[in-house]
Amino acid sequence: MPLEKTRAPAIEGWFTLDERDPHLLGTRCTRCGTYHFPKESFFCRNPHCAGTELEEVELSSRGRLWSFTDNRYPPPPPYVARDPFEPYAIAAVELEREKLVVLGQMVAGIGSDWLEVGAEMQLALEPLYEDDAHQVLVWKWRRS
Amino acid sequence: MKREVAVLGVGMHPWGKWGRNFVEYGVHAAREALADARLAWSDVQFVAGGDTMRNGYPGYVAGASIAQALGWTGAQVASTYGACATGAQAIDVARARILAGLCDVALVVGADTTPKGFFAPTGGERKQDPDWLRFHLIGATNPVYFGLYARRRMELYGATPRDFALVKVKNSRHGLENPNARYKKLYGIDEVMASPIVSDPLRLLDICATSDGGAALVLSSLDFARRRAGKPVTIAAVSTVTPRFPNTMIEMPNFATDSSVAVAPPDTPFRDSIARCAYEQAGLGPEDLDLAEVYDLSTALELDWYENIGLCKPGDAERLVREGATALGGRIPVNPSGGLACFGEAVPAQAIAQVCELVWQLRGQAGARQVEGARVGLSVNQGLFGHGSAVLVAA
Repeated sequence: MPLEKTRAPAIEGWFTLDERDPHLLGTRCTRCGTYHFPKESFFCRNPHCAGTELEEVELSSRGRLWSFTDNRYPPPPPYVARDPFEPYAIAAVELEREKLVVLGQMVAGIGSDWLEVGAEMQLALEPLYEDDAHQVLVWKWRRS
Repeated sequence: MKREVAVLGVGMHPWGKWGRNFVEYGVHAAREALADARLAWSDVQFVAGGDTMRNGYPGYVAGASIAQALGWTGAQVASTYGACATGAQAIDVARARILAGLCDVALVVGADTTPKGFFAPTGGERKQDPDWLRFHLIGATNPVYFGLYARRRMELYGATPRDFALVKVKNSRHGLENPNARYKKLYGIDEVMASPIVSDPLRLLDICATSDGGAALVLSSLDFARRRAGKPVTIAAVSTVTPRFPNTMIEMPNFATDSSVAVAPPDTPFRDSIARCAYEQAGLGPEDLDLAEVYDLSTALELDWYENIGLCKPGDAERLVREGATALGGRIPVNPSGGLACFGEAVPAQAIAQVCELVWQLRGQAGARQVEGARVGLSVNQGLFGHGSAVLVAA
């Protein structure tokens, strides 16, 4: 019987691993309230703010679709493309509370013809690729 | 006070997929520009090189690599990088030195040798580099970002894939007789719309290729130019602006936009600010333009640029291309060179090549693609990591 592979994030500290309700992890400046994704460690990116205290926050896991596209050809490395290549859709989702737009792949099986600008979206986790020992996870978007 | 420099010479190595060392294209273009200027290489006091990221160490010191190949003369040198805006940065460095009185004659040169297919990030495992991470984590190639912008145009303004195809058809006609263009083939709408989708809604023929090529300019002070016969074309403005916070457009290679929680988005979005900076420097406006060379990484992006440089209001770009206003013979021809659609992109050479075209047009030397009576031209371009560039050229 094959051993179950260990679940591992494709990158440390960018999202939570709670599969039922995952969240992207960003930072919020305690001085001006600006959010950052990915996280800023030392300085707020607002040029009018001298803030250096950045608290880690879970970003909203729901938002509205700002735009979308797909990729029909395998990208070059370091993308780990399946063989045969499976095209995937990409979503740009606007988060209301954070007032920013964040990218992500769509979950597998959702083509760009399934999408419309303004649709409600929700964050998900899915395997990005697998190696011998790991199922490597990344954040993705799905329709809510 | 007007702060112009003279363009004494322009030169290019034809775009293609030649597979040779980028330095060879740079030397070829430099020699062409020097011959056009009727100056010797030894007359050049300063060399501004546009760097390439794909050719190892010599590419990071492009000015010196090309100067060595031309033969060391002791000229002063600077090499700069600004992604797709590299060429304009090199022009600006040379212009600033001339205007500061530090030299009379400068050579600006950029050249690239590109691999086949998608542009890829630098190798290795670099988990601090957003350009590496966007490929690794979401497979976001450059056409993915172009696809997002194109879909947005369709949503906001009712643009159609047919409008995008019209841009390709127009540019393919413009480039037919350009000796420096790589693709000299007239495409029809049906052919563009039948090409395979790369990043929906964009098809293969909507997206520019990657090319080898080289371009060069010989610039001088107006005083130096006055001592020679004829009135030269001048560079009236160079914009190399960065965005203002918060930039609410998702830009390559980022995963997210800035947050506008604490600060409202600027009145002038980044892409609008690029040409505006050049207009303000020169005291000119979009109404003064006779032609423009815009960065058509995709057909849909060319439509965005019409609005970003003030040729029309947001949402009117489709009407401009449908009516033929931006075709040769129209009210304001855009990309008479054929644009990236006919060239493909040779990153550090491209913004310089745009200026070469403007200079030929303003001198009346553009042959079959001549814009009649052209007096003022604008080139505009944007590079990833927040690089805007625009150059205003006047006769």
